Amino acid sequence: MAHNPDAREALMIGTRTDGTTVRRPLSPHLQVYDMLQMSSATSISHRITGSAWSVGLVFFVWWILALAAGPESYARAQWFFGSFIGVIVLFGLSVAVWYHTLNGVRHLVWDAGYGYDIPTTYRTGWMVIIGTGVMTVLTWIVGIIAWAS
Amino acid sequence: MATFTLPKNSTVQPGQVYKAEAGAKNVRSFKIYRWDPDTGENPRMDTYEIDLDKCGPMVLDALIKIKNEVDTSLTFRRSCREGICGSCSMNIDGLNTLACLKPIEDVQGDVRINPLPHMPVVKDLVPDLSQLYAQLRSIEPWLKADTAAPPDEERRQSKEERAKLDGLWECILCFCCSTACPSYWWNGDRYLGPAVLLQAYRWIADSRDEYQGDRLDQLQDPFRLYRCHTIMNCARTCPKGLNPAAAIGEIKTLLVERDR
Repeated sequence: MAHNPDAREALMIGTRTDGTTVRRPLSPHLQVYDMLQMSSATSISHRITGSAWSVGLVFFVWWILALAAGPESYARAQWFFGSFIGVIVLFGLSVAVWYHTLNGVRHLVWDAGYGYDIPTTYRTGWMVIIGTGVMTVLTWIVGIIAWAS
Repeated sequence: MATFTLPKNSTVQPGQVYKAEAGAKNVRSFKIYRWDPDTGENPRMDTYEIDLDKCGPMVLDALIKIKNEVDTSLTFRRSCREGICGSCSMNIDGLNTLACLKPIEDVQGDVRINPLPHMPVVKDLVPDLSQLYAQLRSIEPWLKADTAAPPDEERRQSKEERAKLDGLWECILCFCCSTACPSYWWNGDRYLGPAVLLQAYRWIADSRDEYQGDRLDQLQDPFRLYRCHTIMNCARTCPKGLNPAAAIGEIKTLLVERDR
């Protein structure tokens, strides 16, 4: 892709009282803005969990490939997913997948034209956060029961 | 391109402290962003201790008090002091708002005041809004019609048609929303941002305007419109309680319906 110069660059040049030019500073953004408010916090979390889900698929592909490659490689994959780090990875993935799915539904509702007012946005935000917790716990309860039986 | 850190010349240094006069009981610290083009130094945060017993209730009252009584070099825009001109928009306590509408007592602890975020700074709390004004002009925010207006009266609207403009016409172009939008921070060279898109929809929704199709054509662009990712910081921060995100949603809906 060709490099597109940023049109805003021209506005970074200012003038001093004596007429000479000076490079203007860029005002602080992430450094000062309240990024933990519901609006931006759920938005950036959506991106992060989406990326995590993509990376997590690599583990899934490894698991499937190991299964196809025979009992020894499958046993190695199973050993990893049963190890402490493996369980942490799986737990993190389940959180990411649930969050991204539920918040994805929130985005679909917005795209359909509903739920834009701020009280609703905050309510649906909390629904996504609490829903993620509940669904993750349920997923692990079901998983542990299935594994134990 | 998104750059999450500030350029070298923009990092903020600690500044001077102006102590409250002796005997002041109800003291609050105002930490204010300062940059003077004439010094060539980096921006700094100056601290002004203000006796709230001798100050009006709003953040703008404190700024005016500082400029009148403590430091005449403090530079900021203000005019109407009642939330209708949109001049005193700035970042107060981590959110963009109008200094004249923000009660000091709503802020916990020190009152941190910065210019509107991710903007070129002219001086202190005054950002250069040229890019936003140019973008506003690009959406042609005026009535466009080929049909001549009736000879001795204005163009008529039904009450229902007029009601569609409520929540749009009230915008005072303070640009709190656009400069609260991370997507506008990273892509503001080509993304129009919430304030300008709200204005675009204000004319699209106007029953008297005859260029709805052309207006939609102009917005149907991956950057101008579709850098909106429904982050909702715009609606959260609007000092007039408007909802640019909802207006952008309406534009997207119209585009989908049109192309179906």
